[in-house]
Amino acid sequence: MIEARDLKKSFGAHQVLDGVTFRIESGESVVIIGRSGGGKSILLKHVIGLLMPDSGQVLVDGENIVGMNERQLLQVRRKFGMLFQSAALFDSMTVAENVSFLLRREGKLTASEIARRIDETLEMVDLPGTQQKKPAELSGGMRKRVGLARAIIYQPQILLYDEPTTGLDPIVSDSIDQLILRVCECLKVTSVVVTHDMRSTRRVGQRILMLHDGKIYTTGAPDEIFQSRDPIVHRFVNGISDPKEHNL
Amino acid sequence: MNALPKRWLNDALENLGRIALLLNEALRSLFTRKLNWRDLIYQLHFIGVKSQSVVLITGAFTGMVLCAQTYFQFHKVKMDTATLAVVSVSMCSELGPVLTALMVAGRVGAAMAAELGTMRVTEQIDALRTLATHPVDYLVVPRLAATVIALPLLTSEAIVIGIGAGYVVAVYLLGIDPPYLWSNMIKYSDAVDVVMGITKAVIFGGIVAIISCYKGMNCREGAEGVGRATTEAVVISSISILISNFFLTLFLTRLLT
Ligand SMILES: Nc1ncnc2c1ncn2[C@@H]1O[C@H](COP(=O)(O)OP(=O)(O)OP(=O)(O)O)[C@@H](O)[C@H]1O
Ligand SMILES: [Mg+2]
Repeated sequence: MIEARDLKKSFGAHQVLDGVTFRIESGESVVIIGRSGGGKSILLKHVIGLLMPDSGQVLVDGENIVGMNERQLLQVRRKFGMLFQSAALFDSMTVAENVSFLLRREGKLTASEIARRIDETLEMVDLPGTQQKKPAELSGGMRKRVGLARAIIYQPQILLYDEPTTGLDPIVSDSIDQLILRVCECLKVTSVVVTHDMRSTRRVGQRILMLHDGKIYTTGAPDEIFQSRDPIVHRFVNGISDPKEHNL
Repeated sequence: MNALPKRWLNDALENLGRIALLLNEALRSLFTRKLNWRDLIYQLHFIGVKSQSVVLITGAFTGMVLCAQTYFQFHKVKMDTATLAVVSVSMCSELGPVLTALMVAGRVGAAMAAELGTMRVTEQIDALRTLATHPVDYLVVPRLAATVIALPLLTSEAIVIGIGAGYVVAVYLLGIDPPYLWSNMIKYSDAVDVVMGITKAVIFGGIVAIISCYKGMNCREGAEGVGRATTEAVVISSISILISNFFLTLFLTRLLT
């Protein structure tokens, strides 16, 4: 279970999060939508403790992680897997080394077991045979899938995906959506997906949170959100720009 | 009124405090956690082996010029045979450690700041943290340990090469009588000089590594941020080396004699 209580965060004078409150139950699959630059990536980084809020609380399984020191946070983060918007692969390592980073550091598995897990996971993200490639040799979409493999290989309880399908072709996007669903169902994982892709929102979201103006503007099942009469929600999900913004 | 100097002082103190915290975290991690030997050896290779040419050239030419200049002055007062003694003492206690540390700051400090800075702006450090790995354990500790091990070794090498090159210049170029040259050097050089030089090298190694890692890990966004972090790492390490050298000389002389 993840709970945020009245999170506030500003960078200088720019108030990015202005009282975000939500609750995500274990095993739930939630999609966060919102305008570009609205603070979705920042919000995810608060959930996993990479950033600390100016005020407010983040509870992970009932434990407040705000104010914890880095060593305590490392314990909590073992429950999480995170896919970064930029993939954030270690560019000095091969794909296999990237994907197996945590397993190798923990040192609980033998080399052959780790190799087997790497093969399996790369197969899942549709990138078999790329083990020895360096991130620089991959396309943007492939990097993202390696990032995904790195996050799911150690079977965390909570997965945070920051725009998993952005920059992927529709077919791979679809397989990533299927993968997110499969991981969520099989492993009883809690997923939090940030996305701009309305097709995948519909597919993977059991519930949608919309972040607007630094707050959770609305929340509801996909059907409710997509049929919403609220002008802000309606324009967002249908991709209609505000006529007022044209005149700027 | 005094807003600018005040802000400057505040920033300087804040940075100093945060460097101290980083050092504390790194030392604690070094002594309580399992060190990754592969990373340490990789860094040792990078810092030690790949600095060879730089250190050899620095050591040799410093010893040579020092020898020639000392001879020009000493010749006037007929103290030719004391030339190498001056070279030896100053190479051991001052020039060896300081010049080696400055060269390493330029080469290794810049590389560390650029590498960690790039990792930071491309979110790789954040990725490490999500993979339950403390960036200090994984990035800072091997670099700190390797620099602290490598710098005294490189310094010893620079000292030996410097004295050797000085000897060659004195004997073959300036025509000083080798036995007197040698025995005077032995007579006036002391183990204390060597101990002092090596102690300084250890401390300078710590300074270069911790400042460069700090600058890299706290780098600002973008390519410009990385560039600035790199420059600042080299400049601040170099200045810290020069300033601390003065105080170390005073302190160590008092302590060792
Ligand atoms: N380190 C930072 N310093 C200052 N401002 C920042 C920083 N990081 C993010 N911001 C600001 O916070 C806001 C939210 O950024 P964030 O990356 O969370 O947006 P986002 O909702 O993920 O957008 P996108 O959908 O384009 O990824 C942006 O306006 C950005 O300018
Ligand atoms: Mg984002």
